[in-house]
Amino acid sequence: MDKIKLLGKTLTELQEIVLELGLPKFNAKQIAQWLYKHNVSDIDEMTNLSKKARERMSEKYEVGAYTHTNVQTSVDGTKKYLFPTMKDQFIESAYIPDRDRATLCVSSQVGCKMGCLFCMTARQGFMGHLTSGDIVNQVRSLPEREKLTNIVYMGMGEPLDNLEEVLKSIEIFTSDYGYAMSPRRITLSTIGLVPAMQEFLDRSEAHLAISLHSPFEQERKQLMPIESVYSLHSVIDTVKKFDFGRQRRVSFEYIMFDGVNDSPRHARELIKLLGDMRCRINLIKFHPIPDSPLKGCSREKMEAFENILKAKGVMTTIRSSRGEDIFAACGLLSTKERSKKR
Amino acid sequence: MANDIQIEFKQLNLISNTQIIDGVYSLRFKRFFDFTPGQVISIKLTEDMPGRLYSIASSSSSEFIDILFKVRPEGLLSPQLANLKSGEKMYVSTPMGNFIDQQTDAVWIASGTGIAPYLSMIRSGTKGTKTLIYGASYRNHFYNDKELQNSNIIDNYVRCCSREQHNDCFYGRITAYIDQIKDLPNRKYYLCGNPDMVVEVRDKLIKRGIAFNDILAEIYF
Repeated sequence: MDKIKLLGKTLTELQEIVLELGLPKFNAKQIAQWLYKHNVSDIDEMTNLSKKARERMSEKYEVGAYTHTNVQTSVDGTKKYLFPTMKDQFIESAYIPDRDRATLCVSSQVGCKMGCLFCMTARQGFMGHLTSGDIVNQVRSLPEREKLTNIVYMGMGEPLDNLEEVLKSIEIFTSDYGYAMSPRRITLSTIGLVPAMQEFLDRSEAHLAISLHSPFEQERKQLMPIESVYSLHSVIDTVKKFDFGRQRRVSFEYIMFDGVNDSPRHARELIKLLGDMRCRINLIKFHPIPDSPLKGCSREKMEAFENILKAKGVMTTIRSSRGEDIFAACGLLSTKERSKKR
Repeated sequence: MANDIQIEFKQLNLISNTQIIDGVYSLRFKRFFDFTPGQVISIKLTEDMPGRLYSIASSSSSEFIDILFKVRPEGLLSPQLANLKSGEKMYVSTPMGNFIDQQTDAVWIASGTGIAPYLSMIRSGTKGTKTLIYGASYRNHFYNDKELQNSNIIDNYVRCCSREQHNDCFYGRITAYIDQIKDLPNRKYYLCGNPDMVVEVRDKLIKRGIAFNDILAEIYF
């Protein structure tokens, strides 16, 4: 029988494990520190636990960390790591160094169910949810872990479709017993699953990014099937009702498609929709995927669009594309071919 | 309605739970809201559990709400829903979503329980002429088959049966059926069902020259 992985367990879960094994409660915190501070690979390395405790634990549990099986490096320094997860399935994480910050874009599912027209991961279909351990492992087993300053849940999958495992991983990244990162260094990106988004806002302090891509419901529906269930107005109303305080941030992701969502009419509607909010709009270059009916728009058009928004005081940036040559850029992550080959 | 952000739940009693085939059920309870055919509701069994979304299959004028669901053995809710007895309590939300028929000629495409919103549209008397392309693995997995055959708004009812050969069905998947149609109708296309079907069929339609803005999809996730 496969052993249960300790990596990805919260302190509360570790306390349940030590109680079940008949060990003292304080062992849980020690185990958490071995897992998340010392990054051990084997229970035997947890040397402040008695030998008997380690033996008892090893009968049923293992650390459960695993390394990447492939890495590609972009000309711009971005690295795309391939991790094996469940049986014959793989995920990708993108490490993006940029001056004084280094960001890891983590995956939360193998594939995705959401079917967005512009996304390569959608073409892969859905193979499964990642566990909290699989998510934490992307950071734990990153060779550049010590340089990491930020984590974004923008890799494969819709994180709010895997809410509990994602929240557990955020707890581990931000808790004193875990990686002790500031939640302000973590951003979760969603297409807007409203009830789960409300849960995320209530139960975490991390930043929120929302994939918008059109200010018009009918047009957004053609790009993103989720609009047929949770309208963009319901998403934005939920965000507007939430008190983000002074530190927490909400941003809107807006991929620009030539002739689809890049007109002054769209910019003006965005201002109407978001102008009274303290938020940022990130304009993103579209990275075409095979056989897509969508095309990216020119830099000039993006700048003109940005200027309309900025003129009305909407904080707007054009996000630079990273890792395009290794298919690590926004919307390009996919392990479909690799999964098929196995 | 479509833009309500407050998803309000009401506790009510199940009226009936009918097994259609092994692992697929139809639930009925009393309607307590107005809705537009194509909308979904969220259902849960306790106040603090997350709800799951299901398309309404009944007419907008019926005093009852019917939903179709398939049991996912690994699911948190559907195995429990399958065991729910008449009179037992459940929580049902107000309706949401806007997978709404434009009352014009259209091609409806569905797999499995993805037929539910179209049943609601038919039962509510939607306008226009529809072609229905319905995909399932086995012949008895075309739910409400007689009703669909007898519907007077459906001009062409195509059953794509992928694992069994029958005289009255196309043998193969929906994508294979679309491949062999010479001229795709110049209509709006509606897709409803599991993500793999929706994404594959949408890509296929776009490759065959259907504009992406003539395709409306709802994914069961």
